[in-house]
Amino acid sequence: MSLQDSVLRGDRLAISRLLTEVENDTTAGQAALNELFTHTGRAHLVGITGAPGTGKSSLVNQLALHYRKAPQPLKVAIVAVDPSSPFTGGAVLGDRVRMRELSGDSGVFIRSMATRGSLGGLALATAGMTQVLDAAGFDVILIETVGAGQSEVEIAKLAHSVLVVDVPGLGDDVQAIKAGILEIADILVLNKADRPGVEAAERALLGMLKLGHPTKHLVQHHNHLEEVLAPVDAHVDDWLIPIRRTVATEGEGLPELLEVLAAHKAHLQNSGDWQRRERSRLHTQLQDLVKQTLMAGWRSNVTDAQYADALDQLVERKLSPRQALQALLP
Amino acid sequence: MTDKKIRVLVAKPGLDGHDRGAKVIARALRDSGMEVIYTGLRQTPEMIAEAALQEDVDAVGLSILSGAHLTLVPRITQLIRANGQDDVRIFVGGIIPDEDVPKLKEMGVDGVYGPGSPTHAIIDDIRKLVNDAA
Ligand SMILES: Nc1nc2c(ncn2[C@@H]2O[C@H](COP(=O)(O)OP(=O)(O)OP(=O)(O)O)[C@@H](O)[C@H]2O)c(=O)[nH]1
Ligand SMILES: [Mg+2]
Repeated sequence: MSLQDSVLRGDRLAISRLLTEVENDTTAGQAALNELFTHTGRAHLVGITGAPGTGKSSLVNQLALHYRKAPQPLKVAIVAVDPSSPFTGGAVLGDRVRMRELSGDSGVFIRSMATRGSLGGLALATAGMTQVLDAAGFDVILIETVGAGQSEVEIAKLAHSVLVVDVPGLGDDVQAIKAGILEIADILVLNKADRPGVEAAERALLGMLKLGHPTKHLVQHHNHLEEVLAPVDAHVDDWLIPIRRTVATEGEGLPELLEVLAAHKAHLQNSGDWQRRERSRLHTQLQDLVKQTLMAGWRSNVTDAQYADALDQLVERKLSPRQALQALLP
Repeated sequence: MTDKKIRVLVAKPGLDGHDRGAKVIARALRDSGMEVIYTGLRQTPEMIAEAALQEDVDAVGLSILSGAHLTLVPRITQLIRANGQDDVRIFVGGIIPDEDVPKLKEMGVDGVYGPGSPTHAIIDDIRKLVNDAA
């Protein structure tokens, strides 16, 4: 039986092995994804992002526990992304430490991954891995990323619903990071609500939301997807970004968070945003793929020496950037 | 694949309460370019085998200080093999009496490292064994 057939039957070893093939972008992985793709598109992809240590893994743990003990339990897959060291390429992936309560449940599958090299590469690998899990029959896929850089924003764009996690008493140094990731939030989670300063933190978040015009729409415009601000007379069915308080270590606020996630999913489906996001997501993925493939094809036709030579001439101002490009194209 | 990453699960089975040694190893492996999945304290054999399966690791490193290695290790290796992961290499670090080392090897352990073992020895062994298995 082929790897993809075993995946469709929910075989955990096959799922795990295919995740590796897809992460490493092997030909076997690519071939299997071609076969599996028609079986994808059913799972609810939920991104969980926020500054380091805000409690993302603890929240993921609780979300999964609650999905599992719902009257109609959902099958939950988790993809937990941690940064690779830029110096050694190695990584310590420690998110599972907070998810020990999920072990022994065959309706849960947890996979850790490192960011590895390139931006586009990570986004593509993550997209592929969620497709494997989607095809394997997981109803919800929780994707945890540290909200610190562009790569996390890229990954969060994969998701249908994005939770941005904040906590009381974060220093000013992370305000800029926060401003960046607030833009991608569908739901704000104020975790560690057992800590002092919750009120102030919530007021600050509300303030930032108002500044940022929370109601955004994706529109199709000359074949480009653009985010536009909702008009002043916004429809009643516009999504107003809710803020939910949680204590992830205790599971407090989790039923409310699950409700709001279900409401967001329903909103996406009823408003047509689900299809729009799907289109935008696949558009991004296709673009990444085109770039990666063209780049690799081009690179295989240029030697390191040729490239270095063009760069030297560029630095010496003997060639302009465009002339250097011409010199390097076949 | 030129950049096939080595993935290692570092786990701390048993009930003894600190994981300093396991964390030192985890960091050393990371610094050598490996991806280390770290699972924290008090892992049962079932939890370890499940994590090894879901993470599709090449190797599992067990840190055992409790003296329970002769009961924990066979259970863990059996579970891992029962999951169909025949190629996963298994390493044990901690306080292991000399006379137990051959017993562990018979149980399918590929390397045993006492408290003074240099981390580069462990790293070299993992690299070698994982690349041989591939
Ligand atoms: N007091 C309190 N502590 C919490 C809460 N949620 C998480 N923590 C603690 O915060 C610490 C970090 O939690 P994690 O869940 O690992 O946070 P994370 O955002 O996944 O961390 P990284 O993945 O390292 O960025 C742990 O010590 C948790 O026990 C909470 O609601 N209240
Ligand atoms: Mg985490």
